[in-house]
Amino acid sequence: MLRNIFSNSYAKVREINDKYRTPGIEMSGGVKLALFALRLYLICLIGLSFYKFVTLLK
Amino acid sequence: MNIFTRTYYIYRRWLKAVRLFLLAAGPGIIVMVADNDAGGITTYTATGAKYGLHLLWFLVLLGPVAYYVQEMTVRLGAVTKRGHAEAIFSAFGRFWGWFSLLDLVLTDWLTMITEFIGMTAAMSIFHVPRLLTIAVVWLVMGAMIFSGRYWTWEKIALLFVGINLIYIPAAFMVHPAVKDILYNSVVPHFPPGGFTNDLFFLLMANIGTTIAPWMLFFQQSSVVDKGLHEKDIAFGKIDTAIGSVFTVVVAMVLIIVTGKLLYGQPVNDAAVAATSIMPTSRVIGTLIAIGLFDAGLLGAICISLASSWAFGEIFGWAHSLNNKVKEAPWFYAYYFFDLMLAGTVVLIPRAPLVLITLFVQVIATTLLPAALVFLILLLNDKKTMGESVNTRWQNIVNIGIVAVIILLSTMYGISTLFPNMFK
Repeated sequence: MLRNIFSNSYAKVREINDKYRTPGIEMSGGVKLALFALRLYLICLIGLSFYKFVTLLK
Repeated sequence: MNIFTRTYYIYRRWLKAVRLFLLAAGPGIIVMVADNDAGGITTYTATGAKYGLHLLWFLVLLGPVAYYVQEMTVRLGAVTKRGHAEAIFSAFGRFWGWFSLLDLVLTDWLTMITEFIGMTAAMSIFHVPRLLTIAVVWLVMGAMIFSGRYWTWEKIALLFVGINLIYIPAAFMVHPAVKDILYNSVVPHFPPGGFTNDLFFLLMANIGTTIAPWMLFFQQSSVVDKGLHEKDIAFGKIDTAIGSVFTVVVAMVLIIVTGKLLYGQPVNDAAVAATSIMPTSRVIGTLIAIGLFDAGLLGAICISLASSWAFGEIFGWAHSLNNKVKEAPWFYAYYFFDLMLAGTVVLIPRAPLVLITLFVQVIATTLLPAALVFLILLLNDKKTMGESVNTRWQNIVNIGIVAVIILLSTMYGISTLFPNMFK
């Protein structure tokens, strides 16, 4: 039963990935730049927050 | 046309408009008041106790900020007829789609835990055991959705919104000086002691509680589930504006009450604030405790729905409150799973609840810029929005808001690495 649930979920996730493979928004220079900056920003801030959380737990 | 006919004509037109507004109203008021959830109440009481009335101006500023952000979800939902999660997947593809969904799940789940912490803490003041509080909350939240009608759910939610305004009489009972309130509300200034790390943390917590990612997802899905159309956008905006006034008033009232009665005392929990106020005024202490319970309940109701709607949209499950449980089993299963999981964590002995409460506001603030950037990009996409695309003025205001939040989040991130930076 568990195996069925997992394989169904995996299939569903693949279906979602296929459905949303290409972004629907017009990828202008501004949009690309905003998404790139967002990536950098998130990598930095999530890293910092995680660092704080771990050091507080210690 | 004589004066009577004209008066009757104007009156009828206004009455019709009010009726239409009452039909369209709901999502904005609910999301804005639910925004003052248990974590929010804790943040406001801590702010009042630590800085008195000095930060009232900051709350006043956050009202329009919340309105401008939430108003965009009304337009996006009414035009696209899609929830926020689906809109992100569809516009930005699978990577950002999954990122947003998982981000929502994490912050929602952590926030749900804080709602349960708030509710159990509030009821413990009346000597109600944790388990009983949690069981009653599960029952109430289950009963709300079993009708299989969005309207029924919304009316019950609006009842809880009404109870959330219970704090307002408390402000009059502490007899604040109107001059002080007016001065501190309109003149931006830092409290005595200047800009410190503690102040910065509280400012960030206030931002985190006033604008949160779940609110974007909730209001847009709610607008879609309610069936609002483009012609209803104006009413949706008024609904959101009224809600933002409520949210600021409640926040200000709490700061006034705790600033007046607990100024200088260490308060990092709204339940502690209620207990500390009890010896001075039993009525105010009780009002704060009841309000805290209601805030947690309202927050939990909206947050669990925000996640369920998002999952329903992406996984293709039936995901409307107009569906019966049999018609949308996965939607309701996720709703209860979220509810049960968050409630159970609170029952675990020695779970790091204070740490969770502390971090949930900050994590939400850190991740908020991503949600806001998506929102602005979507609202500027002519193909998606048609005539309801952001105007130049809206872009100036919204991009300004996002820029300030990103700046503050970044400063916060840096200050975690260098804690003495603002001392």
